[in-house]
Amino acid sequence: MSGLIISGGLVVSGGDATAADVIVDEGIVTAVGPGLEIDDREVIDATDCWVGAGFVDLHTHLREPGQEWKENIESGRDAAAAGGYTAVLAMPNTDPVIDSGYVARQVKRGDGVRVIPSGAITMGRLGERLAHLDELWEAGVKVFTDDGDTVADGGVLRRAMEYIGQLGGLVAQHAEDPGLCAGGHMHEGSVSSRLGMMGLPSVGEEVIVARDLKLVELTGCRYHVQHVSTAGTVELIEAAKRSGLPVTAEVAPHHLALDHGEVSSMDPVFKMYPPLRTPDDVAAVREGLANGVIDCVATDHAPHAAFEKDVPFEEAPRGIIGLETAASIVHMSVGMDPTQFFDRMSHAPRRILGEDGAGVAVGATADLVVFRPEGTWTVENLRSRSNNTPWLDAKLEGVVGATIVGSDTMWRRSG
Amino acid sequence: MSSLLTIESLTRQDIEEMIGLAGGFREVLDRDVPKVPTLVGKTVSLLFYEVSTRTRLSFERAAKALSADTLTFAPGGSSVAKGESLKDTALTLQAMGPDLMVVRHKATGAPWRVAEWTGLPVVNAGDGAHQHPTQALLDVFTLHRRLGALDGLRAAIVGDIRHSRVARSTSQALVTLGAEVTLVAPRTLLPVDLTEWDVATADGIDEVLGEVDVIYLLRIQQERGGGDVFPSIAEYVGRFGLTRDRAEQLSADALVMHPGPMNRGVEIDPAVADGPRSLVTDQVTNGIALRMAVLYSLLSGEGAA
Ligand SMILES: [Zn+2]
Repeated sequence: MSGLIISGGLVVSGGDATAADVIVDEGIVTAVGPGLEIDDREVIDATDCWVGAGFVDLHTHLREPGQEWKENIESGRDAAAAGGYTAVLAMPNTDPVIDSGYVARQVKRGDGVRVIPSGAITMGRLGERLAHLDELWEAGVKVFTDDGDTVADGGVLRRAMEYIGQLGGLVAQHAEDPGLCAGGHMHEGSVSSRLGMMGLPSVGEEVIVARDLKLVELTGCRYHVQHVSTAGTVELIEAAKRSGLPVTAEVAPHHLALDHGEVSSMDPVFKMYPPLRTPDDVAAVREGLANGVIDCVATDHAPHAAFEKDVPFEEAPRGIIGLETAASIVHMSVGMDPTQFFDRMSHAPRRILGEDGAGVAVGATADLVVFRPEGTWTVENLRSRSNNTPWLDAKLEGVVGATIVGSDTMWRRSG
Repeated sequence: MSSLLTIESLTRQDIEEMIGLAGGFREVLDRDVPKVPTLVGKTVSLLFYEVSTRTRLSFERAAKALSADTLTFAPGGSSVAKGESLKDTALTLQAMGPDLMVVRHKATGAPWRVAEWTGLPVVNAGDGAHQHPTQALLDVFTLHRRLGALDGLRAAIVGDIRHSRVARSTSQALVTLGAEVTLVAPRTLLPVDLTEWDVATADGIDEVLGEVDVIYLLRIQQERGGGDVFPSIAEYVGRFGLTRDRAEQLSADALVMHPGPMNRGVEIDPAVADGPRSLVTDQVTNGIALRMAVLYSLLSGEGAA
């Protein structure tokens, strides 16, 4: 026997948190309970740790195929494991775009950190003709999005919702009205006015979400708002949920932690779309995540090489990496209790994907993360191929102590 | 002060010292031989990514009047067209050994990045719609020469505020020196949020005519008149142009300024531009003296701040 025992932690499962050990033998969870026998198993000391189902990221840019100098599937999976993630939803804005069953199958990985392809809604993400939706569905795609761009044409989105809704899929929207946001580089507000940079106004996100919610009402299709960034969007989602629409939403860690004041430095590491918003927006998305109006955290992990960010702000590509820092940033900025934390990081994303496994169950394949909320670590030697994070070299609170899938321990960190 | 990147970083005292220094150099420019040996052996590098003949010539003239050498790089069909990054171009120029770089670029913050990459003193000669500090300093220098202290001065800035680095920096310099600034523009050409500006606004030029000591007109880009941000040039002139009739409603000693190049007949009537109220040519000459002051204070190892 060469199993594993995670001992002395707080096991978070199905809405409960109880002090217990977890035994994994031959990749299967065989026992959960207090005071279990160690025998000759490898011991992971989980004293002062939370132990639960591995995190799932609904918003990862793996850059493969097409931009492997930024990231590839393997480096992205390694980074995911280091962040406590055991599954990632790969965004379709690759080159070629994931708009056919063939490309989706190239990206998909079933072993270790799972890579679940999302599929484009429209061919080439051009917002015009429907992508190969049946092919994508058959290749295992559950979530459809033109992420990076918005499906701006209401007629196109309506037909996509009708078609994808009938398949049983989910339409996810990167909400950014192209007319209102044209030429924008940062949040439109007091800071953009001072810096003379063209802005992306909050309403550029909100008008798209408001329109889409009417189309959800019309079509009944399940709908997911990607990277919610404004207080107004939180209000729209809250009202839609109250009226019973099949709507879910995600928020990115950086929108929980940072506001547009950071852009005063004109450092391209603060450039992302949606942009960093106002302190009021930050407060609203934090509250929305805590009270469940926003279902989950999703990283919007967007790697870019150093040379690509070593340019003036307006010329820099958008996005920051997030897989390896997400759990710490969420923990530090929102401070949820262990059951809430695992719900937003792990259980809710699985529900949105239509999966179970939202806990630590005897008899299931191990898919676990050990998180030490009071530990600290320094952001360095990242596993991602890119380093574009504002937290580079920062000391963060909340350590991913171990990530385990089946009989593989894919990540260990003390501290 | 190791670089001049933004007016925001300057105190009232910094600006007043620069005005004082510029006053001295202005006298040099009036001499028979308008040249001093102050910066012999120094090299000023001019990195101009945007076509701006006026500003570039002004900096070149200022450097030469101080006996500094200049090294100008204004990419047209050069390596930039072949895809060289700003960083590589800046490092290439740096390798040629200048003591200071003057940078003009269409992207906000570009001069900050050049300063970071090269470690050289940098003068921002205009970054995007953000800052143009030497323009702001020459504007307040010009007013100061004419009027003395600017406390309580009532100034209006009229035109495309949203896209104007001149509006951003000159309004800051005026406010720092105690002036009251009103911005006059179509709503489509005003920044959306002025909470950090410390200025008033007005909806048409007629609202301010009788109440200002100086009216500062900004260039209206003709291509904006195609219905993009206002319906037509004629309608712009109708509500915001300083016509001859309107100029007559200004108080007797009110002054008119413009950073150039002017669109005669659009934001300013030709007769007003050439009339006795106009400081436009003073701005040009004073700009050389002010830029001499800036180069001197950054390169002489002493000076303003
Ligand atoms: Zn997106």
